[in-house]
Amino acid sequence: MLNRQLKEKGIESLLFAAGAAAVLALFLLCIFLFKDGLLLFENYPISSFLTDTKWYPTSEPEHFGLLPLLLGSLIVTVGAILFSVPLGIATAIYISELADPKISNILKPVTEILAGIPSVVYGFFGLVILVPIVQKTLQIPTGQTALTGSIMLGIMALPTIISISEDAISSVPRSIKEGSLALGSTKWQTIYKVTVPAALSGISAAVMLGVGRAIGETMTVMMVTGNSAVIPGFPSGLFAPVRTMTATIALEMGEVPQGSDHFHALFAIGSVLFITTFIINIIANYIKRRYRFNL
Amino acid sequence: MFSNAKLNEKIAFGLLKIATGMVVAFVLVILYYIVSNGYSAISIEFITEMPRSRMTEGGIYPAIVGTLYLIIGSIAVAMPLGMLAAIYLTEYSKPGKTTWAIEMAINNLAGTPSVVFGLFGLAMFVKYLGFGASILSASLTLALLILPVIIRASQEALLTVPKEYREASLALGVTKWETIRKVVLPSAIPGMITGAILSIGRVAGETAPILLTGAAYFLPRLPDSIYSQFMALPYHLYVLATSGTSIAQTRPIQYGTALILLIIVLCVNIVAVSVRSHYRKKLKR
Amino acid sequence: MISGKLLKNISICSVVLLIVAAAFIGIGCVDQEKTTTGDDTGEEVTGSQSIMIKGSDTVLPLSQAESEEFMYANPEASITVIGGGSGVGIAALIDGEVDIAMASRQIKDSEIENAQANGIDPVEYDIAWDGIAVVVNPENPVTELTFDQLKSIYDGSVSNWADVGGEDLTITVITRDSSSGTYGYFQEEVLLDEEYRADALVQPATGAIVQEVAQNTGAIGYIGYAYLDDSITALALDAGEGSVEATPENIIAGTYPLARPLHYYTDGEPTGLAKEYIDYVMSSTGQDIVSDVGYFPVN
Repeated sequence: MLNRQLKEKGIESLLFAAGAAAVLALFLLCIFLFKDGLLLFENYPISSFLTDTKWYPTSEPEHFGLLPLLLGSLIVTVGAILFSVPLGIATAIYISELADPKISNILKPVTEILAGIPSVVYGFFGLVILVPIVQKTLQIPTGQTALTGSIMLGIMALPTIISISEDAISSVPRSIKEGSLALGSTKWQTIYKVTVPAALSGISAAVMLGVGRAIGETMTVMMVTGNSAVIPGFPSGLFAPVRTMTATIALEMGEVPQGSDHFHALFAIGSVLFITTFIINIIANYIKRRYRFNL
Repeated sequence: MFSNAKLNEKIAFGLLKIATGMVVAFVLVILYYIVSNGYSAISIEFITEMPRSRMTEGGIYPAIVGTLYLIIGSIAVAMPLGMLAAIYLTEYSKPGKTTWAIEMAINNLAGTPSVVFGLFGLAMFVKYLGFGASILSASLTLALLILPVIIRASQEALLTVPKEYREASLALGVTKWETIRKVVLPSAIPGMITGAILSIGRVAGETAPILLTGAAYFLPRLPDSIYSQFMALPYHLYVLATSGTSIAQTRPIQYGTALILLIIVLCVNIVAVSVRSHYRKKLKR
Repeated sequence: MISGKLLKNISICSVVLLIVAAAFIGIGCVDQEKTTTGDDTGEEVTGSQSIMIKGSDTVLPLSQAESEEFMYANPEASITVIGGGSGVGIAALIDGEVDIAMASRQIKDSEIENAQANGIDPVEYDIAWDGIAVVVNPENPVTELTFDQLKSIYDGSVSNWADVGGEDLTITVITRDSSSGTYGYFQEEVLLDEEYRADALVQPATGAIVQEVAQNTGAIGYIGYAYLDDSITALALDAGEGSVEATPENIIAGTYPLARPLHYYTDGEPTGLAKEYIDYVMSSTGQDIVSDVGYFPVN
């Protein structure tokens, strides 16, 4: 009997250890990221890192300015969201409220295909197909622009936005919708006055997670945005090349002597990226939990 | 007034339809370009031969093998860990600070950009633990990346097992672990495996983390140990599309590589999704 | 037990998948064995059977071709070739991670100091000559530029082709990323160590430069001569002694202003496989490969 209890206890501890591994992983990730990132500030003032407008990592003297990269990430992400949020929410409404169940059963996996396509395939597609199209239709000097990156990222963020919004919309209790219809509202009035507002928190969580997905995407943006480290204007910057934080890391990390200031600067960029997505995740989960329908 | 509302509805529904049509069009256009340009490059030789003449001819065999190794390595680490963690979270943990911390960690790991995992893998596995740029470092990095996916899917699977099963078993005096092992797990395993299959697609497609932890531009031999560097499909596609001396001529190989990668990832996803829906239907009955 | 049957199906599926995967990996092993046993005529290789070469992307295609041929003749040998840029290759040599570093620029004094501090003694080999071609789209009417014009395009003082004798079209300036040896070489020779313009497009690899120039009529970029193909046009350059076309003859004759040697660096005099490999590269067979790849022999 004692033996059995001992065994039960042992198993519980083992399972707990597995769960705790996730916490440990996150903890180690912070430590290793921040440790190498902070080493930059031994030789390079943090104020310059935050305010310098230039990124010239191999010049004399070096410039490790965060701003052009941070704003580059921002403009590409904003563009992606402007593109994918209306499209994604519209699709989610169509799938959950309008489409014949048979059709939505086909549409759902079709949109999930977008989530399955690897980012490097998107990058390849963008580089070969979209870049020339953007250049020719807009008559601009190069097709490698923030806009091109935004379109590709927008497409990539679509499945996240669609599936979570769709969940939120379908979880709105039927009684509420029926009440509205019974009062003589049309189906559309019910959707935009009752269903969508009721699902708004889930939809905003979907948008936040879409933002997180877009800001962290690497290969696609590196292949299609041109990677010029200049502070983009808005909205004119959409039509010019930009460089994101993620692209900078992937572009330069392979070619940096380990332990140099440049190496640490890339970890500092990585830390900023991590903190940004961390905050986005917290907000998204907070919204999701706070306003979840209790059925 | 009434007809006005009807008209609005017509317009709105039309717009919704157009939006959905656009999304579907994206899927079809991307698939069409890759498939129509890629299928002619694919042959038995293409998937079983080494690259030749500086990767302008020959196949992509080592990249396929490298990707298989990464899948095996990362699943072997992440699957047991993720499943055990999920069992803890659904069956044992009580609401409190510890559980909150674990849940929060999983959520944030899930949202962390893959390139950040790459940096972490570089700092911890490649440098600090001295595994070097290798299959081992890359697999461990990818394992962390897919851990949240596996945990979430496993949790979902465990939660679908009706409470009555557990209660009935416990009432018979069976211990908690025996109940989980003999009653809960058998019904939950298919769902848990679905999570693992889904994450295979993720492992096969990720580029940024392996770029920093061990993918090689070109290797003449297959890797001979877990400490070897490796070639992998997504990185190979990236290399073919941006480096090399004759990008225009190797276009068919690029499309072919993209298509093979797409086939692997989509097949895996289809298998996972159909297992899941099959299983859900069964459970509902 | 609801899903007992399904569970069984899944297990069967996974077993089948595993077998397929294993068989697939097996194919390659058999192939390799065949080549190993089939060819005993290669030179005998002593010492370490595997070496690693890392560094410049410019030298990469050459090293790749050389190692392919070398391993064809010596099936026992294994040579891993990795790109990353000259600075990375040299840093890896300093850290003792690689046997040979490839570089498209000379090793810096600071790097030699670091190496010596680590007990590494870099030995240099010139294995080939490379010309840097300045390339534009074939539709661009401009055929030659002076170094002054080139500098003003790259430092940002000129942004329209009309200012350098072309059409009224915005110039899209393309560079490599900052750690490439070619980036440093071009900055030194053309920009006289001043900064590149910040709004230049940065491409992760030379191939991407070719691609963008080929599809963009206003683009200008610089590439290793080996990357030159029909989709782009190389400009004649004038460094003050008249305009010289980027042709093999002019590069070999030394009259083309942007030509440089490509290097291998080893720790001390190489031994074993590294020595055999470098000897092979310097041999007439190896130097023929240099020409095939699009670079120029050292002799």
